[in-house]
Amino acid sequence: MVNLKINNTPVQVEEGTTILDAAKQLNFRIPTLCNHPDLSVAGNCRVCVVEVKGARLLAASCATPVSEGMEVNTNSEKVRIARKHVLELLLSEHNADCTKCFKNGHCELQQLASEYRYGDHIFIDLVKTGDKVLDISSPSITKDASKCIRCQRCVRTCTELQAVSALAVVHKGDHQTISTFLGKPLNDVVCTNCGQCINRCPTGALYERNYIEDVWHAIYDPNKFVVVETAPATRVALGEDLGIETGQRVTGKMVSALRKMGFNKVLDTDFTADLTILEEGTELLTRLKKALVDKDETVKLPMMTSCSPGWVKFQEHMFPELLDNLSSCKSPQQMFGALAKTYYADKINIKAENMVVVSIMPCTAKKFECNRSEMRDSGFKDVDYVLTTRELAMMIKQAGIEFDKLEDESYDSILGESTGAAVIFGTTGGVMEAALRTAYEIITGVEVPFTNLNIKPVRGMEGVKEASIKIKNTKPEWSFLEGVELNVAVAHGLANAKQLMEAVNSGKTNYHFIEVMGCPGGCIGGGGQPIPTSAEIRKRRAEAIYAEDMGKAVRKSHENPEVAEVYKEYLTHPLGHKSHELLHTHYKARKRY
Amino acid sequence: MEQKPLKKIDIIFGWDDNCTPIQVVEKSVKKTPESIILDMIDSGLKGRGGAGFPTGLKWKFARNEEADAKYVVCNADEGEPGTFKDREILDKVPEKIFAGMTICAFVVGALEGYIYVRGEYNFMLKALQQKIDLFNQQLHELKVDFHIFLRSGSGAYVCGEESALFESMEGKRGEPRNKPPYPTVSGYNGKPTVINNVETLVYTSEICRMGPEQFKALGTHDSRGSKVFSVSGDTPIAGIYELELGMPLKDFVDEFGDGDTKAIQVGGASGHCVPRKKFNDTIIGFEGIPTGGSMMIFNSSRSMYNVLHDYLEFFTEESCGQCTPCRIGCQQLLKGIEAVKKGERPPTYLDDLKRLTATMKIAAKCGLGQSVANPFTSIVDNFREEIIY
Repeated sequence: MVNLKINNTPVQVEEGTTILDAAKQLNFRIPTLCNHPDLSVAGNCRVCVVEVKGARLLAASCATPVSEGMEVNTNSEKVRIARKHVLELLLSEHNADCTKCFKNGHCELQQLASEYRYGDHIFIDLVKTGDKVLDISSPSITKDASKCIRCQRCVRTCTELQAVSALAVVHKGDHQTISTFLGKPLNDVVCTNCGQCINRCPTGALYERNYIEDVWHAIYDPNKFVVVETAPATRVALGEDLGIETGQRVTGKMVSALRKMGFNKVLDTDFTADLTILEEGTELLTRLKKALVDKDETVKLPMMTSCSPGWVKFQEHMFPELLDNLSSCKSPQQMFGALAKTYYADKINIKAENMVVVSIMPCTAKKFECNRSEMRDSGFKDVDYVLTTRELAMMIKQAGIEFDKLEDESYDSILGESTGAAVIFGTTGGVMEAALRTAYEIITGVEVPFTNLNIKPVRGMEGVKEASIKIKNTKPEWSFLEGVELNVAVAHGLANAKQLMEAVNSGKTNYHFIEVMGCPGGCIGGGGQPIPTSAEIRKRRAEAIYAEDMGKAVRKSHENPEVAEVYKEYLTHPLGHKSHELLHTHYKARKRY
Repeated sequence: MEQKPLKKIDIIFGWDDNCTPIQVVEKSVKKTPESIILDMIDSGLKGRGGAGFPTGLKWKFARNEEADAKYVVCNADEGEPGTFKDREILDKVPEKIFAGMTICAFVVGALEGYIYVRGEYNFMLKALQQKIDLFNQQLHELKVDFHIFLRSGSGAYVCGEESALFESMEGKRGEPRNKPPYPTVSGYNGKPTVINNVETLVYTSEICRMGPEQFKALGTHDSRGSKVFSVSGDTPIAGIYELELGMPLKDFVDEFGDGDTKAIQVGGASGHCVPRKKFNDTIIGFEGIPTGGSMMIFNSSRSMYNVLHDYLEFFTEESCGQCTPCRIGCQQLLKGIEAVKKGERPPTYLDDLKRLTATMKIAAKCGLGQSVANPFTSIVDNFREEIIY
């Protein structure tokens, strides 16, 4: 333990603690910009400088470990002047058109500027202009260099958490900037659209391409029938942007708000999550049968989930040799769109061309996904608009809805019913758990051997999780699986995914099934979720997801009555002809820059 | 204040046929590392790159670290404007650098050494590599387990900053690291590393050759020994001179000036500008104005606005750009003096800018941003009217 004084108050902290964290323990807040709990320390914005007695230089409190006997002043005259200078310098470089900014009200620089209220902006305007400043090439992410304060959080996110490195620091001095490879448009590079950079950008330099006005336009159009689907992870995070405590479930309120906003039908992506389990589970069992019984060497194992469009694009760029390992199942969002504009449109007597499908997602990559050429099997664009959880929160505010006072409402039917297995898609390990609950029962006729169906080994925030389940007492038609040890792995965050894929490529693993989610924590930590994010916030969202699962009457996908109905009325059986047409697809290799 | 008259010295480029650099190594590795450290401390040698950290202490810190690997790095990223003495050393007496590195490696327990040469000196890499190969061969014959490698920079000024240099050596973007930890704890590849300037390493081998007494007989209490100066600007005899430390600037001007000297920029762009009126009481040494060796002489034909403007353009371009005070501060200083010159800002804006440099001096991440205050305040304070009108 180390003893020191901060602002004359003694404190004892563990060795290696930074001044910033030590100050936190004493409830002294030191402003920061480049610092982020998920990332390595940069120490480059210098807004957190403090005075250490006897030192010639001010210390960046985020980057300076405490030492015995240290005397720190977080608010001395020197510190205040330096902080003022640093903020004013940043503001001189920053395009402070706050009222037009998508991050207005969520900008850390704006917040500091408003806290300090300097007023006397003495420095010369250095804001970048020109046609290269704004990059709107991507359907998911907009990059505005005029707002960038060069904190490099996005760069660290893209390299450390995601191992993508689509963004890098280039040039030096006054030309230093955050750039893609050779300054190419974001849509033409290795960017997976995961949006993790947006979650960590302190300003409006990175934000989602937003479709709020398009969706309002569709809602107001009397000729359009607007159907909305909501992803599992939105219901445990939306409240954070609407004044509700982190970790609170707001499913019923969200349904109510969507209805009040004017959507014609409020349906659930969770429904197609259950459907995904039946299709994907059957696909896995089919692959296993081909491999084990037919000895078909062309069958690719391990099979890998394909629900996460950031992960799918990562694979297309980085591991194209493993593309055939990806399940051919479309993501639940796209299954929903394809079914909505075919089966559902027929059922409710709406012409598919008049139907608009909007999906509410914790994700920015979903915006890219719905624009993929593969995603038009209904004959139309299967999903028209994707809104992030954040965009939905904005729309709810715009609509003047007092969210916290809403009564809970239920989803419309059909395509609205879901099970606990679908809800847990929203957190890392959830798809795996849902798949195992169903597959094990299909094979053996009995429930998966875990207390309360909770498959603990695939839960939690470890980067790569592994589990094995021994299959015993199979039904006769699955006898080839008798005694087989089913090996599975789960990764979240693309850096972890990369590590897992390298292990697969090394040939030293013997997994049958792998779940990968592109974002840290899975969809609950998605690039479209409320900001800020941290390990603690993601943990509380995940707890809410599991609570939602426990609260569901049905917790196994194959017991979803509406899914059974859709098979009976339309799809016939998993991997059937219609399924292949609407619910399955293939992906393509992409360049690696 | 203690001072010495100007005196030319011939240690760095001198050659002793009876005790060549490899023979200095042979002699030194028979001593104990502790005794060499004591000699270095006793000699009073301070780093010649400009910062002036006591070399013996640096070696001692690195020796005391426990690690599976340690490194010796020679900083030959000579990028300070007006400095060109390391180039001459690399060209004329590189064996003395190799010997210094080897002795350092012996002291701290390193098996590998690297010479990081600035990108602009690529033309000398081939010749240097041949000499390194020969020296490595001689070390092998002496059964000294140390190998020297050559690395080339890519032309960024900031890579002369030791931690940015390590980043560059590791194949990353050359950006300074947070300190602590310091290089003797975590340097190249995160291992304890001694990084010394070219000239410093030569002096270490010379101190081993001639003993600390002869070295410390030169110079003053705070500035022992001699130093190589790169003399440029308005002088009839520009070039490289080894001079005893502790001389008053007046002596220097008398020797090198053209009779019309208006100011001397001591220590390159990041150093201090000394006007004529202060020549008498300015000592060249750590007690006065320390320098990495650059002495730029300006006569009355020079506009100090242009001088400062050039320096600020240089820093604006050469800031690595990662930290706010340096990246934006340099731009503001440059635009600021332009605005004052054009009358777009009042003369008092210079005082706002001086306050900004005071912040840069204590809040920038590395020496680059911290030292921009030196030329700015010294030129603005002494030649204010030239900046304004």
